[in-house]
Amino acid sequence: MNSSISSEQVDKKKLRKVIAASSVGTLIEWYDFYIFGSLSVVIATKFFPSDNPTAAFLSTLATFAAGFVVRPFGALFFGRLGDLIGRKYTFMVTLLIMGFSTFAIGLIPGYETIGFLAPLLVLILRLLQGLALGGEYGGAATYVAEHSEPGKRGYRTAWIQTTASLGLFISLLVILATKKSMSAEAFANFGWRIPFLISIVMVGISYFIRKNMDESPMFEKAKQEGKIVANPLKESFGKKLNFKFVLLALFGATMGQGVVWYTGQFYALSFLQKVANIEFEQSNYIIAASLAGGTGFFIFFGWLSDKIGRKAVMLTGMLLAICTYRPIYQAMYEAADVSLKTEVAGSKVIHTDYFMIPNSVDLKKTVKTEFSYTDGSKLTLEESSLTTIFPGKNPKKPEVKRIVHVGSFSFWFLILLVFIQVLYVTMVYGPIAAFLVEMFPTAIRYTSMSLPYHIGNGIFGGLLPAVATYLAAKASTANEVAVAAGQTIPYDKPYLEGLWYPIIIGGVCFVIGLLYVNGKDKEIND
Amino acid sequence: MNGIRQIFGIVWILLGLAAGYFLVFEQSLKLFEKGGMDNIVPAIIYTFILAPLLTGGMCVFGVYASQNEYKRVD
Repeated sequence: MNSSISSEQVDKKKLRKVIAASSVGTLIEWYDFYIFGSLSVVIATKFFPSDNPTAAFLSTLATFAAGFVVRPFGALFFGRLGDLIGRKYTFMVTLLIMGFSTFAIGLIPGYETIGFLAPLLVLILRLLQGLALGGEYGGAATYVAEHSEPGKRGYRTAWIQTTASLGLFISLLVILATKKSMSAEAFANFGWRIPFLISIVMVGISYFIRKNMDESPMFEKAKQEGKIVANPLKESFGKKLNFKFVLLALFGATMGQGVVWYTGQFYALSFLQKVANIEFEQSNYIIAASLAGGTGFFIFFGWLSDKIGRKAVMLTGMLLAICTYRPIYQAMYEAADVSLKTEVAGSKVIHTDYFMIPNSVDLKKTVKTEFSYTDGSKLTLEESSLTTIFPGKNPKKPEVKRIVHVGSFSFWFLILLVFIQVLYVTMVYGPIAAFLVEMFPTAIRYTSMSLPYHIGNGIFGGLLPAVATYLAAKASTANEVAVAAGQTIPYDKPYLEGLWYPIIIGGVCFVIGLLYVNGKDKEIND
Repeated sequence: MNGIRQIFGIVWILLGLAAGYFLVFEQSLKLFEKGGMDNIVPAIIYTFILAPLLTGGMCVFGVYASQNEYKRVD
């Protein structure tokens, strides 16, 4: 069968516009989705007071539901619309929903002003964000792929693939810039709303760019030929012929891609901060630098997949990831482990601060003990204790925080280690839009590709931080129990145990992909 | 190669069942017992979304594989 768009027919200028319009809109949607996560601590204090169980419940729902449950529903709902009324109108609707939800979050008065209505509204808007994101990606990827000439589909759709990382990167930059432009107090009072509010400007611009674009030529052709199906959901999931490929896309590609993506971009940050105890700002710089260095490789691997095949590129990335995660994370742990460094003689410095908690009888005492090391690293042990000025009351148990500031060599070494993981992300994620688009026929493409993508990423990937943390905590507890009982510890390196989740899921996905995925199917005109 | 694809179908069915058992009996029940919203919400998601998805999805995939639905004429 001949493809409907040949290389000669493609208007390069128009194609660049199509890619730019689609990518900018998708980037804004990712930005909108991430700022909620990046500002979750501030949002929690404003809308979800932890001492109130109902508000805390709504907070947990907002975290879980938007990330895991709603995205696949958005994929189904908007995928169906996209296969019925067209790609262009559907992904414009998702853009508007996302933009207005984000903007509205920035306007909601806090819990102190309007009570339960505040967390409830935030939850509803967060769910709308999840729905919109579920519908956006499939539309943008399908739209670009259906405009592209054969032989360059991987390269063209790879631009869409850069947007998830860039969206995260830009959200971090906007938040850091807003924080730097005002005092910490001003940011906590109203400044945190600015990243939400400016979203409406970006969405407005993107909307007008997209508005002037044409519908996908393949969808138009299918419409003219009367090939639009009346019920895309039934067609995609009710017929074995299509459903078997939905399952294959999920278990043979997006499931592994999702865990590699989340390990490289989110678990790496969590590991640096919570396990290696690297200070907040430095750990964010490590991630930001690795993302900045790695993002271009989405394009490269998308291009490479046009030359040597999607399957080869994606499975190589998956295999490299599952084989090297443990040594990489061991090296990350050691780079921040001060027990392996040489302490500068006489470097120990102790600072003590006292702070009276306003409107209470409690006094906060903070003792900071600093140690310096020959490679430029610093360790701060911060012991905070709360005590009452009334005699006779027992002081509360002190909390000890361990903060590591790594020296220059370790800093760059950590960037390299995270960069390697970002490279794996680009290998599995760069070609996946083209791969999914090529798996399904035009009439059900939007619906069929969106669901496995969002289950793979939202559920298998989204659960990674919770499952990995659980596995690592379980190993630590088992070690503590063994030590208390005078037995040999069962886990030599409990901090690496969380990695079994991406390794096992990625391993299963690799075997399924290797056995069942057809690396030769690049036809989309069906 | 098609024969291997077919035989592995059984592996995917067993894996789906094992994943469902692990999620419900090793994870969700313990979380329900612990109580508290932080534990109950993930337990509900594991029991009613993840477990059916993994078990159902992998089993159907395994059945299709064992029926040689993914055979290729290379």
